[in-house]
Amino acid sequence: MSGVYIGMPAFPQNAAKAVQNSQLRFNLRKATHTIRGRRAAVVGELADWAELRQAGKTIKDHTLRHLDRYLIELEEKVTAAGGVVHWARDAAEANRIVARLVKDTGETEVVKVKSMATMEIGLNEALAEEGIEAFETDLAELIVQLGDDFPSHILVPAIHRNRAEIRELFLKKMAGAPKDLTDEPRALAEAARLYLRKRFLEAKVAISGANFMIAETGTLVVLESEGNGRMCLTLPKTLISVVGIEKLLPAWQDLEVFLQLLPRSSTGERMNPYTSMWTGATEGQEFHLVLLDNGRTSVLADKVGRQALRCIRCSACLNVCPVYERAGGHSYGSVYPGPIGAILTPQLRGMDTELDRSLPYASSLCGACYEVCPVAIDIPSVLVDLRAKARHPRTEKAGMAAAGWVFSRSKRLAKAQRFGGRMRRLVPKRLPGPLSGWTDTRDMPEIPAESFRDWWVREGNR
Amino acid sequence: MRVALFITCVNDTLFPGTGKATVGLLRRLGVEVDFPLAQTCCGQMHLNTGYRDEAVKLAGRFAETFAGYDAVVAPSGSCAAMVREQYPHLDIENIPKVYDLSEFLVDVLKTTDVGAYFPHKVTYHPTCHSLRGLKVGDKPFTLLENVRGLELVPLPGAEECCGFGGTFAVKNRDVSAAMCADKIGNVMKTGAEVLCAADNSCLLHIGGTLKRQKSGVRVLHLAEILASTEEGAE
Ligand code: SF4
Repeated sequence: MSGVYIGMPAFPQNAAKAVQNSQLRFNLRKATHTIRGRRAAVVGELADWAELRQAGKTIKDHTLRHLDRYLIELEEKVTAAGGVVHWARDAAEANRIVARLVKDTGETEVVKVKSMATMEIGLNEALAEEGIEAFETDLAELIVQLGDDFPSHILVPAIHRNRAEIRELFLKKMAGAPKDLTDEPRALAEAARLYLRKRFLEAKVAISGANFMIAETGTLVVLESEGNGRMCLTLPKTLISVVGIEKLLPAWQDLEVFLQLLPRSSTGERMNPYTSMWTGATEGQEFHLVLLDNGRTSVLADKVGRQALRCIRCSACLNVCPVYERAGGHSYGSVYPGPIGAILTPQLRGMDTELDRSLPYASSLCGACYEVCPVAIDIPSVLVDLRAKARHPRTEKAGMAAAGWVFSRSKRLAKAQRFGGRMRRLVPKRLPGPLSGWTDTRDMPEIPAESFRDWWVREGNR
Repeated sequence: MRVALFITCVNDTLFPGTGKATVGLLRRLGVEVDFPLAQTCCGQMHLNTGYRDEAVKLAGRFAETFAGYDAVVAPSGSCAAMVREQYPHLDIENIPKVYDLSEFLVDVLKTTDVGAYFPHKVTYHPTCHSLRGLKVGDKPFTLLENVRGLELVPLPGAEECCGFGGTFAVKNRDVSAAMCADKIGNVMKTGAEVLCAADNSCLLHIGGTLKRQKSGVRVLHLAEILASTEEGAE
């Protein structure tokens, strides 16, 4: 994944800072609770939501099971329709392919439709190194890009910014922004629109991702709200789409399920404003599809973890997550924040850094994510499975081994309880080391003089 | 019907009162309950912290200890959920039938009025694993509504996690504390004297914070409210 996060501290440290930022917490709370409410309302309208969700899960699992076959079918169909298919094993290869394709056109500027995959591989930075400038055309992505910033939400990448900040950013960084720009949302959007329109009309090359790819027909599908996607997908002469191999669906008919699941889960709309679909290249235009692995096949090999590949990036799990709401997206150190990020990033990147090892622990396992996920990814179970695979701190290992030893015989437990009961007056108010995490904000419980089991025996119950 | 009590390691060690209340309540309802002394811990802490092998051993031990009982009652939603939801993933055979207290009362004993008396203003936190794991729904609320003298006030944002999450409370102390602060803010809005839940682990976390803040709100396990009667009124 993109190198910009290298060297970042672990999640708890990042989150500790974010928690202190009351403006950020206010923004996050407001935004996530609003979308959460909207989602709940439109999902509640559908009597067959549970069946749709089950269908979504089944279709994705089936596709992943036969991914080899469907990918070949997709390649054939896209090629037959005049497109060119490229296979990229990792980020570096994908970036190389895209840079070469752009250079072949002789252009040095490209417009982009918001795409998680290109962010995952750090495409913009890679293109910049080759002297190619990429312009994000999604309003929030534009804000992130102008601010040399990272996205902090899948759907609302600039959720951490407020209006005043955006106004200042536009005035400073956006060529042609009106001097009297106010921080009214309408004025900000209008300024961005004028700025972007020029780009659309001039751009010869566009880069996109896709929400779905249909093997049966070779069709790509993009759902969006602002219409910038439609412009990018149709106006430029060359279109390059970078898509993760798991975005595949077998048949056209499968869209029936996913075009219901995605908008309702994502923006809380019955249907999103713009849905673009295209098959191969239109006359006079060029279309390239870069199929991206970048760790996905190794995720697929994992019995428990592979369900993360069902994800349709709706971000419903972010919007209900109490941890995301307080920690914010940047704490996760990845383009994929929130619960899905906590299970996807360590699988894609591995768990070699402290940050990546800390991600599976960035959850209280409350289960709210699993409940809303439109493709029923059991995120808590994957988190627990990843925790079992992570390297553990030495003191914790010793503590857990000791607890395991005590719990392996009831007599040992009883002895430990009696010892605790005798020592109860000596327990300090503040505990040392990692356990101070408990007593910093909470009182210790009083240790009873007698455990339940000793009471039971003393009462003659046995 | 042979019924066993799984007290859970946390209750056994720190909250014997909850165990005594559960036994008292069940006896009052005519259920003779066994306490197999070999029991220790369901393995949840080990599993959720990433120590699967230890958890599997404890889970196997649990299944042996409670083999032969028709029902196992646990005054803890998360431990009951551990057995029911997670044991199948740990390849445990002959998983005992475990019920959380409200499930056992409502689904097995078919009772929603346990004849309790508790003249206080109470609010209820449903706890994540009872709510989304076991899906106990409104069972605890129905039980509380039928308690004489009890005034049940709704808790805003009730379904949101309190931030306990086992070792999460220590590993991610800042986020955990922020979640707890919001939970407590909501508890204070209700004006309740007592915060009730069916899981002492969550109450240990919320209660510990309430106490540190000298809020005056008490926490009580559901079993202790349901066990209270007019004779034994505080
Ligand atoms: S994990 Fe599920 S809820 Fe989260 S973004 Fe993916 S599809 Fe949506």
